[in-house]
Amino acid sequence: MLRLWTAASILLLGLCAAAPLQAAEDSKDELVIGIAQFPSTFQPNIDPSLAKTYVLAMTRRPFTIYDKNWKLVCMLCTQLPTIENGLAKPEKTPEGKRGIAVTYTIRGDATWGDTVPVTTRDVLFTWKVGRHPKSGVGNMEFYRSLYKIDVRDERTFTLHFDKLTFEYNAINDFNLLPAHLEETPFESGPAEYKNRTTFDGDTTNEGLYFGPYLISAVEPGAHMVLEPNPTWWGPKPHFRRIVVRVIGNTAALEANLLSGSIDMISGELGLTMDQALTFEKRHGHKFRILYKPGLVYEHVDFNLDNPLLKDVRVRRALILGLDREAIVSQLFANRQPVAHTSVNPLDWVYSDEVPKYPFDPWEAKRLLAEAGWTVMRRGIRHDKAGRPLKIEIMTTAGNRARELVEQVLQSYWKRIGVDVRIKNQPARVFFGQTVTERKFCCMAMYAWASTPENVPRTVLHSAHIPHEGNNFAGQNYTGYKNAEMDDLIEMIEVELDKETRLGMWHRLQEIYATDLPSIPLYFRATPFVLPKWLEGVEPTGHQYPSTYWIENWRPGKR
Amino acid sequence: MIRFLAGRTVQAASVLLLMSFVIYGLMGLMPGDPIDLMISADPKMTSEDAVRLRKLYGLDQPITERYANWLAAAVGGDLGYSRLYAKPVLDVLFPALGNTVRLLAISFLLSLAIALPMGILAAMRPYSRFDYSVNLAAFAGISVPSFWLALILIIVFSVTFNLLPAGGTGTLSEGGIWETARYLVLPVANLVIVSVGGHTRYTRAAMIEALRQDYIRTARAKGAGPARVVLKHALRNAMIPVVTIIALDFGMLFSGALITETIFASPGMGKLIFDAIMGSDFNLALVGLLFATTLTLVGNLLADIAYARLDPRISYR
Repeated sequence: MLRLWTAASILLLGLCAAAPLQAAEDSKDELVIGIAQFPSTFQPNIDPSLAKTYVLAMTRRPFTIYDKNWKLVCMLCTQLPTIENGLAKPEKTPEGKRGIAVTYTIRGDATWGDTVPVTTRDVLFTWKVGRHPKSGVGNMEFYRSLYKIDVRDERTFTLHFDKLTFEYNAINDFNLLPAHLEETPFESGPAEYKNRTTFDGDTTNEGLYFGPYLISAVEPGAHMVLEPNPTWWGPKPHFRRIVVRVIGNTAALEANLLSGSIDMISGELGLTMDQALTFEKRHGHKFRILYKPGLVYEHVDFNLDNPLLKDVRVRRALILGLDREAIVSQLFANRQPVAHTSVNPLDWVYSDEVPKYPFDPWEAKRLLAEAGWTVMRRGIRHDKAGRPLKIEIMTTAGNRARELVEQVLQSYWKRIGVDVRIKNQPARVFFGQTVTERKFCCMAMYAWASTPENVPRTVLHSAHIPHEGNNFAGQNYTGYKNAEMDDLIEMIEVELDKETRLGMWHRLQEIYATDLPSIPLYFRATPFVLPKWLEGVEPTGHQYPSTYWIENWRPGKR
Repeated sequence: MIRFLAGRTVQAASVLLLMSFVIYGLMGLMPGDPIDLMISADPKMTSEDAVRLRKLYGLDQPITERYANWLAAAVGGDLGYSRLYAKPVLDVLFPALGNTVRLLAISFLLSLAIALPMGILAAMRPYSRFDYSVNLAAFAGISVPSFWLALILIIVFSVTFNLLPAGGTGTLSEGGIWETARYLVLPVANLVIVSVGGHTRYTRAAMIEALRQDYIRTARAKGAGPARVVLKHALRNAMIPVVTIIALDFGMLFSGALITETIFASPGMGKLIFDAIMGSDFNLALVGLLFATTLTLVGNLLADIAYARLDPRISYR
């Protein structure tokens, strides 16, 4: 036994003494990124997830994308088609509807990693897969609307859409599939394609990618290794190897960063704001921490079917009773801007001329009294019939930041005589049933992720209120109905003139802030924890992650 | 013995069938489904898309029908695809199982290698300083939360002294066995520390009980030396309760250690099954849990056989 112990001790000491971990700074040709989730499938059009987008962004490029200034730009195409430059032409569809024909040209130097050129054959094949009801593609709306493709040559094609919206040239989610690799698994059975795709069967096949990097190794649940793509047309990426390591626990993510096992924590899939602020206080001097306010809109939805909350005076009193500036300042060190509507101040359609609700407890109390909540008993308001002003608020259990904010809201509302009870649920239950089936009685706190100039059709249009009759389809969870809002949504979508559209957007925000179907809280910021030597990482704040510009990442001066 | 084994096999098959139904049913009762998760990741997905995808994945059928379809396919040898990983279930399961077995088998053996001698030595000198020290260490190990210990180990050995990797499994092109071993040190240490206390306490209690028996006094009276008395007469009898505990832990070898795997970013069965349940991956969760159940049943069967080997009074007919 003694011998066994001696041998074990020697082995352990040997392991500990073995070349201490190389700090990434010493070998700056490798970058190790820590993220909190592993992608499910690698097929770009099936089962969307941010983890997948984050990794694939280094290996593939969309035709068009919103850049860091939230401006639509070309990536795989040579020129952004517009009506002004003649590459987009409004037309009538065969059914006589208002449509548009948009012409794109694929970059001449674009080739898949196995040197096969990216051509219109891939465009047609991707369209075929996207339109097939059994292919497993999630969002088919784009493919349904795209009713015809005219191929001009190997690289040029025209898309014909059956509707004309202001986003006519944004084909950000038209993710090309390599026809030379994917045709066989698809044609052998479209219903089984999702299980047979080369993206999952042979993820390291270089022919699947045409970005700056190729996926060279995958350990499911643990990490992905990326190496430069020799056929990449753009600026040569600096790093010889990028390892994306998945660490589900954020405390372990921090520890890995401090120990040098990873170089950076992704902003898109890393620490929450409160964790990043705590980390910055303790270790901020060792890292560069960037906070990018983005399109994730934290808010409290009212259930407008609740008679108590139907009264707009009560809703206004509730928002006036909150010092949202103080919440953002105290809990988030002013890193997350207070929201006044669902439109982000960084969005070009944002309007500052909307009704705002600064902290005013006296006005809140007056409004509540006006709404009939006049009698105070044990600090809680009651109406004349003796019913207490009691409201329930729900959010996702286990989300520390939300739970903290919820407690602060509760204490503010108590000061104006509103008895608010907290009733949280696991995210799975909260989003799986309570919110989606509108089973919350009063208030639900959560966030919406959107895109630049995102028309809130599914969230605010009265046709999108979920109920049993429509199988709970739609995301208008508040049950908000306003005919003018419905009209504005319809009109904005099809208005091509920017100035006219801007006016409509301003009116939309004004109505939102007046009617208050939700309490706008703040826009969430994404914290990027980067090594000081790394330059070129530019957070976007929208759903297209910073890794779409990975070729610009490189070591700078120490 | 053959009749006994046949009986236990039938019993195990019944338990597995029942378990599969219960697990499938419980997962079906959870609110939301994979399509809800897809919608939350892509707010532009329409209700028509949701209906189409539910049909494609068979989620529009009643849970009993889905279970019956799954069972029929499983009996035919088709365990289906993992929805989360878009691969055949076994292709996902086996690599995770390999990681888990490697991690937990080393921890398990190390834990026993420490606990058995410590328990025996403590029992030989009950209420001595040594016994109190062993008990103190055992209780400390039992009481310490594994997630906390894991973070402390990372902070001390990875962050402060930078001696060992904080987590992961090492990238494939690096280092070979040596590198793999370095990645295993901290998770193994974590699992050993939290499990060794329990094994030590069981061994000590069983040995104290055995050492009080008349046959021990008889053996000593017959002139048997201390080592022979302890190792040949007492230990063999004391092993019966210890074997029961070991058999129960045997199943855990294959079901994974969720907390340790999560914190050390080690992709094993625990994390896989957890993710499968949370991601509504019915096939993967079901097969993973059934696999763990099967091995727990096998562990119990082996324990029953070991009883007979340890105690001649026990026999199976």
